[in-house]
Amino acid sequence: MKTTLKFIITLSAFLATSANLFAGAKSAEQGDKKEFDAVEVIMHHIADAHEFHILDYVDSAGVEHPVSLPLPVILFTDGHLDVFMSSAFDHGHADVVRGNRTYRMDHGHITELGGLHPIDFSITKNVFSMFLSLIIILSIFISVGRTYRKGNVVPKGLASFMEPLVLFVRDDIAVPNIGKKADKFLPYLLTVFFFIWINNLIGLVPFFPGSANLTGNISFTVTLALITFLITNFNGNKDYWKHIFATPGVPVWLAPIMIPVEIMGILAKPIALLIRLFANITAGHIIILSLISLIFIFKSVAIAPVSVGFVLFMNVLELLVAAIQAYIFTLLSALFIGMAVEEHEHH
Amino acid sequence: MGPLAAIGAGLAVIGAGLGIGKIGGSAMEGIARQPEASSKIQTAMIIAAALIEGVALFAVVVSLLVASN
Repeated sequence: MKTTLKFIITLSAFLATSANLFAGAKSAEQGDKKEFDAVEVIMHHIADAHEFHILDYVDSAGVEHPVSLPLPVILFTDGHLDVFMSSAFDHGHADVVRGNRTYRMDHGHITELGGLHPIDFSITKNVFSMFLSLIIILSIFISVGRTYRKGNVVPKGLASFMEPLVLFVRDDIAVPNIGKKADKFLPYLLTVFFFIWINNLIGLVPFFPGSANLTGNISFTVTLALITFLITNFNGNKDYWKHIFATPGVPVWLAPIMIPVEIMGILAKPIALLIRLFANITAGHIIILSLISLIFIFKSVAIAPVSVGFVLFMNVLELLVAAIQAYIFTLLSALFIGMAVEEHEHH
Repeated sequence: MGPLAAIGAGLAVIGAGLGIGKIGGSAMEGIARQPEASSKIQTAMIIAAALIEGVALFAVVVSLLVASN
């Protein structure tokens, strides 16, 4: 019974992905009678959006109807706060008028027709996904924390699943790289590990609550890398700054070369960190979507089993990548922090 | 610019493949010689592989930008 249920869930997951893409394919063909454009469909799926696009269907009159879950649009324009659902745009066919402000949805971007510049605070697909992950993480860790507060020394239930993971972050990531001061940075490292991991996993779910490409969004990774950068530099000790501005054993006249190089070194670390997470997750989504797109590129059902097989393989591989990327991000953060707080032996 | 970007992505894959292959091979040898050190070797291997992968992904991002413009 359980196996059958699992099978049905997995199957519907893949069908949902195909339905999603099929939706894109239809709209491309119906819209302006052009060929299926895989790049457009893939870019649409990995980009942020103001709605959860589910499918498009064409009724008997040949009119296309997109089906999507609207998300709230929150705009701050010229001192006014405008809040409405994205369904008010009718998928880009209608303008929304609020007071003297007229908003138009143009390929996912909201513009104001009067020349004002709205600041967009909308709950987009990515923001929704992030809130979802927050709820999941909070519910996991509050319930796990409660288990320990009751005085259980031996973990029970969910705690027995989470404890090895927390210990893994502490004993295999934080302590070997940071050393004695590891406990101070452990909360950040644990947060970042579970936040990235759970968001990666939500991104791999191909239907409604998942499917947002949050960890493959450059703003998201920039923010995380920026936090690591700030923690590293605010906790840097005397030795850390000395190595940057007066590298020991290097003649003073080399300083004009050494200092810019060292400063580039400081900046390169978080940039490498953010590009790695962004590119890995985006590449994973692109590969899975490309493999599904093959069916529509070859316009043949015969290719479908091969394509779905490869997608299954890639999706399982992405489960591994989701964990590895969370691990790498946490590990490198710990490494950078460790380099900044390390106590050097003075002889 | 699409085909050029594809060639660029391919070249990046060659480089990353060579690099990660070499790390993987050396790690295998290391583990075969000292199975008790396998967990330490694995950690070091993953870090090095991630650094190489990062460089390859820079190339992929550049290719993506070129292809999408």
